[in-house]
Amino acid sequence: MSTTIKYEPRELKVVGTRPIRHDGVDKVTGRARYGADFDLPGQLIGKVLRSPHAHARIRSIDVSAALALPGVKAVVTRDDFAEMPEEYAAAGEIVVNFYDVTRNVMAREKALYDGHAVAAVAATSEAIAKQALKLIKVDYEVLPHVIDVLEAMKPDAPVLHEHQYTQLVTPKPDKPSNVAKRLEFKRGDVEAGFRQADLVVEREFNTKPVHQGYIEPQACLASYSEDGQADLWTSTQGHFVFRAQCAKLLQMEVSKIRVMPTEIGGGFGGKNTVYCEPVAIALSRKAHRPVKIVMTRDEVFRATGPTSGANVRVKMGCTRDGRIIAAEAVLNYQAGAFAGSSVSPASMSAFTRYDVDHVHVVAHDVTVNRPKVAAYRAPGAPIVAFGVESVIDEMAKKLGIDPIDFRLKNAAREGTQSYYGPKLGSIGFIETLQAAKAHPNYRVPLGPNQGRGVATGFWFNAGNETSCALNINEDGTVSLVLGVVDVAGGLRTALAMIVAEELGIDVDKVRPSHSDTTELGFNFVTAGSRGTFAGGMACVVAARDAIEKLRQRAAKIREVPVDAVEWKDGRAQPIQGSAHRFAPMTLAEIAKVAGKTGGTIAGHAEINAQGAGPGFATQIVDVEVDRETGLVKVLRYTIAQDVGKAIHPAYVEGQLQGGVVQGIGWALNEEYVYGKDGRLQNPGFLDYRVPVASDVPFVDAVIVEVPNPNHPYGVRGCGEVSIIAPMAAIANAVESAIGIRICEQPLSPPRVLAAIEEAAATRKA
Amino acid sequence: MTRHHVSATVNGDAVEFLCETQQTLLDVLRNELRLTGTKEGCATGDCGACSVTVDGRLVCSCLMLGVEAEGKSIRTIEGMAQGENLHVLQRKFLEHAALQCGVCTPGFLMSARSLLENNPNPTESEVRYGLAGNLCRCTGYHKIVEAVLDAAREMRGA
Amino acid sequence: MARIVLSGNLAAVTGGETEIALEVGNVRQLFQALAEHYPGLPENFAEDLAVAIDGEIYQDALLEPIRNDSEVILFPKIAGG
Ligand code: FES
Ligand code: FES
Repeated sequence: MSTTIKYEPRELKVVGTRPIRHDGVDKVTGRARYGADFDLPGQLIGKVLRSPHAHARIRSIDVSAALALPGVKAVVTRDDFAEMPEEYAAAGEIVVNFYDVTRNVMAREKALYDGHAVAAVAATSEAIAKQALKLIKVDYEVLPHVIDVLEAMKPDAPVLHEHQYTQLVTPKPDKPSNVAKRLEFKRGDVEAGFRQADLVVEREFNTKPVHQGYIEPQACLASYSEDGQADLWTSTQGHFVFRAQCAKLLQMEVSKIRVMPTEIGGGFGGKNTVYCEPVAIALSRKAHRPVKIVMTRDEVFRATGPTSGANVRVKMGCTRDGRIIAAEAVLNYQAGAFAGSSVSPASMSAFTRYDVDHVHVVAHDVTVNRPKVAAYRAPGAPIVAFGVESVIDEMAKKLGIDPIDFRLKNAAREGTQSYYGPKLGSIGFIETLQAAKAHPNYRVPLGPNQGRGVATGFWFNAGNETSCALNINEDGTVSLVLGVVDVAGGLRTALAMIVAEELGIDVDKVRPSHSDTTELGFNFVTAGSRGTFAGGMACVVAARDAIEKLRQRAAKIREVPVDAVEWKDGRAQPIQGSAHRFAPMTLAEIAKVAGKTGGTIAGHAEINAQGAGPGFATQIVDVEVDRETGLVKVLRYTIAQDVGKAIHPAYVEGQLQGGVVQGIGWALNEEYVYGKDGRLQNPGFLDYRVPVASDVPFVDAVIVEVPNPNHPYGVRGCGEVSIIAPMAAIANAVESAIGIRICEQPLSPPRVLAAIEEAAATRKA
Repeated sequence: MTRHHVSATVNGDAVEFLCETQQTLLDVLRNELRLTGTKEGCATGDCGACSVTVDGRLVCSCLMLGVEAEGKSIRTIEGMAQGENLHVLQRKFLEHAALQCGVCTPGFLMSARSLLENNPNPTESEVRYGLAGNLCRCTGYHKIVEAVLDAAREMRGA
Repeated sequence: MARIVLSGNLAAVTGGETEIALEVGNVRQLFQALAEHYPGLPENFAEDLAVAIDGEIYQDALLEPIRNDSEVILFPKIAGG
């Protein structure tokens, strides 16, 4: 059933407060157990052999020497994984091409990127497993490779997939191409729009691939038993989706695999899909012993989900008084080794913040010899926002209009027709612009070489399949069993708060925990900022289900009709105006006698949550540029974001601050660096530099609450919007500081210095 | 492979373990002594998730060999709380929501304690530089810095 | 009949058509009708689509009713990180 529950304003006791998170004490004492913290008796250590080549045909793999090494219990290669047809199949709601997934998990005909898995061993120790990898002989025929997105689109580029023809173009192409798909969105007549414009700005932007950079490397432990059942402990954003993918790849029945989600040390979209899990199960199946695989940081960088590097062209036209008339964009995104980048949501988010009559967006999803990109917080949106918000900044500056006022003139509001499909519902974009404008940080005087930048972000947010169970214990406490993974943001506590609010009890009477895959029905991955939105809706459904049962039970016990009983403040009491008088019963009182009056009471929800509310944010950043070194220092940062309703404001602030700092890293430091040989040169945190505490200031988070009409508490979701604007905001601030618009990121010192020197040289000449 | 016999003190308890020459202290703590509160984020000294103190000095346990622990006193996250009393820093991290996924948290707590032992009254900037060896990808550091400053205040009795 | 609007993407396989009127009772029937009407649609086209029925957005809601005076807009599904 698809479910939407409308928003009802109400007096709140728990929602909106800041209790200590339920998983907090375990996390500050070292008790919390993550993927690598699980072990089983007799377990083997699995290690993966990875391609050193960016593109190579695999002629043969000889594992005999490795198998002969004492202590080696199993080796798997492509021969241990079934061929999958070239078709899109739903595995737990994620539609993926299993032809590609099985090839990403273990290379078949070709190795398609540096780090691509080619074989794996399980041995009695890590040292033996590593030694065994060296004994595997792979005969590679090295092929020409291509990494840059524009290079890969050229007709004579090395083609990764001989069977890949560009989709959604007519006539059907007669030559294979790295362009997997072409997307197009149109509204109005963009050419006519540009003719009407007083000012047209066109710019081209290039960004480098970055990694989600979660601190916990992927880790899993699999145990396959002789009756064909498998247990899997893994760090995942969605254990049901991992179960589905493993079942498909290993040709097992879904019920034969039980997945236990461990505590997850960050994901940000990077733990939505399997890597080592099917390999660990396959090794365990062969070795008849449990197998544990923990990725190294090097493997995480080389083989798991980075983002696209991209090329984006943006052209926008506006009137003299700052009304945007026409907007055009071309997005070229790296997909990595297999089709499926985030270019589709990126192209749908490009201009959605603004009400523009004439829009044309064309996008290409391009396969290149890099790891298959994975989702990363508002997938694809920051890259295109960098382009669009830079162009808007330039227009506003040229016209002498305040950048926030310029955006206010054009801001989307309820009823604005999007260019990709629906009209926007109730949204809070304007409120975020106003909140940013009113913030004292917007008026702090700036010094020399300092500049201020503004940018905005929009994200759709998502709902999807969700289930939970709420068991009322005999002492009136509640065990809340969740199927959506708390991927770090404090979801467990937010959902426990919603349950406490509904039932009218204290939040410390609710103990939330994750289910394994046998305890609840299917749940989608925690992605699309859906955790509190969809999980919250499921908790409301389950709580109301329990309340209905509590009312019925109280009515029976008190021997009154059910409609004489209402649930209020944690107890069943006579409904106002009812002729039936009876002594109220608290939750604890009913729970105490539940067993003897018909059995224990529980609430359930199995829903497909609809009605996700779009989120918007406006960000202001002040930077200082060191003209001698090119170093950009972030001085001040402000984000105003509409979250609908902040269930636990401290964790919402955490999402805003965390997303902003990831965005700062993307804008200033982070990039994948490839050598001419197509190998990644910086697969470690020393050379791939994520922001540290001394790189960033406090991030002032302003929570804006324009309720989502399609959620009982007005929740929109808040995890992703925050990362969208930093790249653009920082580029705009740097331009304000030094008068140079740099359209390539990251704005690392060498790049900024080069731009400063180039500008100086041009001035002289 | 011969294994070395090592005696050390961990969180006040005398321990003995056998380890191979190339095993890191991190590996020993996690896999020989089963103290998995100390985390591995990189194994190259770049993330600080494996921070512990050795004779009072903060180290990345991934950069030290297990055999080097001979005769040393090691403190890990598991020894930070005293009975049911959390360390002030632990409490402040909870109160300030200074953790999300929490995988960086043990390392941050060890570093922060060491920082405050050396500098009981740090400025914001000193906290930021003092913790610059620890990566957190979730929080943006905002609430971590607030928690440490607040803990310092309370520990000074201010 | 319900008014069905196809987002720009699909125009490449519908011969440029972006709007069509169809008599359908729910989302599943809509997808079936579209597949019959536009044989050029990829086999898996429905897997990638979300719908907005009279302004409310649905994903994976095959049984969601569509009224005769409904406006239905089709556009790519959204996931996220
Ligand atoms: S694991 Fe030791 S510093 Fe990262
Ligand atoms: S809380 Fe996740 S890395 Fe710090």
